[in-house]
Amino acid sequence: MFRLQEVKYKDILYIKNLFIPKGKITAIVGESGSGKTTLLRLLNKLISPTCGKIFYNGKPLDEINSIELRRSVVMLPQTPPIFAGTVRDNLLIGLKFSEKPIVGDNKLLETLNMVHLNKPLTEDAEKLSGGEKQRLALGRIILMDPEVFLLDEPSSALDEDTEKAVMENLVRYTKAKDKTLIMVTHSTKVSEVFSDIIIEIKKGTVAG
Amino acid sequence: MKDVIELQIWQIAAAYIFVVILLAIVRIKGIPREKEIIISTVRMTLQLILTGYVLVYIFDNSHPLYTIIITGIMEVFAINNICKRTKTKLAPKVKRIIAFSMICGTLSSLMYFILVVVNLSPWYEPRYFIPIAGMIIGNSMTGISLGVTKLVDGMTAQKNLIESALMLGATPKMAAKQVVDSAFDSAILPTINSMVGMGIVFLPGMMTGQILSGTSPVTAIEYQIAIMLGILGSVTLTVILFLHLGYKAFFNKEHQLEI
Repeated sequence: MFRLQEVKYKDILYIKNLFIPKGKITAIVGESGSGKTTLLRLLNKLISPTCGKIFYNGKPLDEINSIELRRSVVMLPQTPPIFAGTVRDNLLIGLKFSEKPIVGDNKLLETLNMVHLNKPLTEDAEKLSGGEKQRLALGRIILMDPEVFLLDEPSSALDEDTEKAVMENLVRYTKAKDKTLIMVTHSTKVSEVFSDIIIEIKKGTVAG
Repeated sequence: MKDVIELQIWQIAAAYIFVVILLAIVRIKGIPREKEIIISTVRMTLQLILTGYVLVYIFDNSHPLYTIIITGIMEVFAINNICKRTKTKLAPKVKRIIAFSMICGTLSSLMYFILVVVNLSPWYEPRYFIPIAGMIIGNSMTGISLGVTKLVDGMTAQKNLIESALMLGATPKMAAKQVVDSAFDSAILPTINSMVGMGIVFLPGMMTGQILSGTSPVTAIEYQIAIMLGILGSVTLTVILFLHLGYKAFFNKEHQLEI
């Protein structure tokens, strides 16, 4: 799905060769500051490599319209911001940004259930706790139904039980729908239990 | 109607007592502003005297070229002032957008005002054209300055929110919408507020000047209403143009945020 050749980004990241397959769950692990988030940002085309090539489905990234790419390769940042408004507004904003059809409340509640967030759709999203906001943001991108999920520490603000429940649902969903999931994680447990492939980034290069 | 009271030199000199009072206050309070107060007073006096003589000459020798040159000088000073006022260093691209918006926004409003509202003939009659141009350009300068500051600050402060919107497939226009709307609001608010207080809280400068120089208050008010609407139009047009083009300067051709 993604192939990186001689990709360099400033002095932060250098990847000689890397392949990330379709339909798998890939965990990117490594120390803080090793370049994991930079890799996700490159795949989402939020930044462009200083040199080298990134291919998505065989096509160079620089030949793909950035907005179109981001609508099928959606990224969730480590501290996802909450937009002004209710839980419903925050769930729907991804669909609005990507100009996809708006869904009904039943679908929204089903998504909230998948991320274990038991909150009314009318609740002010600003009042949610850190972990609840993270799950709301996760629900927001699940609703967008993209081809690829790029998740930066998706469960960092969750307690162990909630993390397990949310990750199990997410993995089940991606497998059932043949989606690709690439996640940066600090948690050895999350990477070992939930991922098919583990890529370790060490000081800006792929270590294993 | 009573004759206009011509101010004698000693009467004008007497007005400078206010500057002396201000200087005394800052000295007593130990505020280091004496130099700026003196410089600004001297500049204001010299600039106005010089402008007075220039205007007398131009009014007596009416020519379209003089009107165009004076308007051009006003535009250049206003654009320069906007770029200087913003605390953040502006990219050349943003400066060009400011210049384009100011020139297009103010000139189109000004020409509409001169040709349609006032129906001035000849169009370049400096007695009307120059003061009206000054008010339209000056107020648009204030509006766009606020717009520039709010846009630059907003794009920097809301960087994460804008990037998160991009991550979700938003276009730069969608991602920057909140910042752009807020900048527009801040830029036009002073003009709207001044319209609310006008005639009750304060009498605007142009109207006061006309009344003092012997014009009927009714005529002065008619002009004031028209010029306020012209200013509102010009501020809106200038700010809209700037914001519409200005937010794009923060994104590259790959729709990536560049801050």
